[in-house]
Amino acid sequence: MQKIMVCIKRVVDYNVRIRVKPDGSGVMLDGVKMSVNPFDEIALEEALRIKERGTNIEVVAVSIGVADTQQQLRTALAMGADRAILVQTDAAVEPLTAAQTFLAVAKKENPDLIFLGKQAIDDDANQTGQMLAALWERPQATYASKVEISGGKASVTREIDAGLETIEVDLPAVLTVDLRLNEPRYVKLPDIMKAKKKPLDVTSLDALGVSANVLLKTVKTEPPAQRQKGVLVKDVAELFDVLKKKGLV
Amino acid sequence: MHKILIVGEHDGKTLNPATAKCVTCAGSIPDGEIAIVLLGSDTAAVAAQAAAIAGVKSVLRVDRSENEHPLAAIFAPQLAALAADYTHVFGPSTSFGKDLMPRIAALLGVPQVSDLMSVEGAYRFKRPTYAGNAIVTVEADPARKLLATVRVASFQAATGGGSAAIESKSTAAALPSHTRYVGAKSGSTDRPDLQTAKRVVSGGRALGSAENFKLLFSLADQIGAAVGASRAAVDAGYAPNEMQVGQTGKIISPDIYIAIGISGAIQHLTGIKDARTIVAINKDGEAPIFEVADIGLVGDLFQIVPELERLIGS
Repeated sequence: MQKIMVCIKRVVDYNVRIRVKPDGSGVMLDGVKMSVNPFDEIALEEALRIKERGTNIEVVAVSIGVADTQQQLRTALAMGADRAILVQTDAAVEPLTAAQTFLAVAKKENPDLIFLGKQAIDDDANQTGQMLAALWERPQATYASKVEISGGKASVTREIDAGLETIEVDLPAVLTVDLRLNEPRYVKLPDIMKAKKKPLDVTSLDALGVSANVLLKTVKTEPPAQRQKGVLVKDVAELFDVLKKKGLV
Repeated sequence: MHKILIVGEHDGKTLNPATAKCVTCAGSIPDGEIAIVLLGSDTAAVAAQAAAIAGVKSVLRVDRSENEHPLAAIFAPQLAALAADYTHVFGPSTSFGKDLMPRIAALLGVPQVSDLMSVEGAYRFKRPTYAGNAIVTVEADPARKLLATVRVASFQAATGGGSAAIESKSTAAALPSHTRYVGAKSGSTDRPDLQTAKRVVSGGRALGSAENFKLLFSLADQIGAAVGASRAAVDAGYAPNEMQVGQTGKIISPDIYIAIGISGAIQHLTGIKDARTIVAINKDGEAPIFEVADIGLVGDLFQIVPELERLIGS
């Protein structure tokens, strides 16, 4: 194990209350706090823990997005990534384009492992990791809640609907992580200072030979339908009566 | 005409009800013809179940020993080959479908609509983003094949009574050996499956301990319900993750959802908003769960739950 690549997305911070624009053209993003996608933080944390258990393992954080995405890559460097690559673009990047871009980077970097969050909390697509693995013609282990690396293989416990499943994959492989894999570390001030000196290379989709095609056109954005507010009952007896009348118990 | 291929989910014995929900979704595509494909080591039993779903024209069986476990790396090349004859390929937005479908899409170089929640046209769909806080309408190019995972909570299961033709298929797809199934551990239980249960009793952090979840199990068993938990309860270690309901857990649509000691974080509400009736029991009358509950009761769950169980039993 020599190199781990971690893919990171800049997203609206998970604490921000999302509001849809009145004209239906999207959600309000002006002046909104942006952060590293929380699942990608977990992905990076896992890469860092593998690095810390091993020797001479390099962790490279890679992102695609606007120039300000450098902020999220600096956070990744402060957490402990060795260097970062930003594929800078103002274009909307769909999962397939993201996968093609990460593939182009992976072909240059030749990592043993690529970590991603299982999904980004903005488009909730849950596609990029699987697509990257397919294009790279390598194994995928999605929704990881436990990762063990040894002898050129990864044993991954996956969170599936029925419980937990374990699969074994040969490296290199793409792993996408779920919530319970780890708890990401807090960044300390000295680490932020140190991160400013770490290398952050900026490249472009063009330089990687990728074009940002729009395959799915978003024609409208609207708020979800609201449920009607219901009634309050005064005690258990009344609750039981209502449920019984509705045939629910 | 649109030809829709649905990737069926099963465990070798039983067809997952998510498949019949995908059929309902596919059925709303205008001028469509529906086929279900089943991969496994022996799909005879599940193929018979799939053929009985109303509205299905044909069922394709792809039986080979490598297909015993649903590994995306093994399934995807076969499905990408079979997709050649179809305009749309749908799978359920369960952990099975979410893992598998994007891998097929990438092999075909086509986009995927994740969590399709309504069909607005053959190439126009609605899907949730931002944890369900913004619903987008997306349009795909009819010149390309379209892949989608179907948000199963948004659709009722198609009824039985069908009699589709069953045929065996094989593909020349080369299968990789780099991914191997090791084993599974399920929280085996006699209770109904959370994802498909008509009744669900669910607990939050206010339960206070794993031990106290027994209160919910007892109530659930009395009314034949599945048991769920909020992310806060799972994070606190009161319940295993497969019980988690919400954006990062299971999205469900039971007839009745009884939320006990759950405050109602937005990510939890995303998972339950398709429930027909939501009942909330919480000591905090200001809890957001009451904003969406059809029936609410403010009070101490440790008194209310045993009392409710007693009344139901009497």
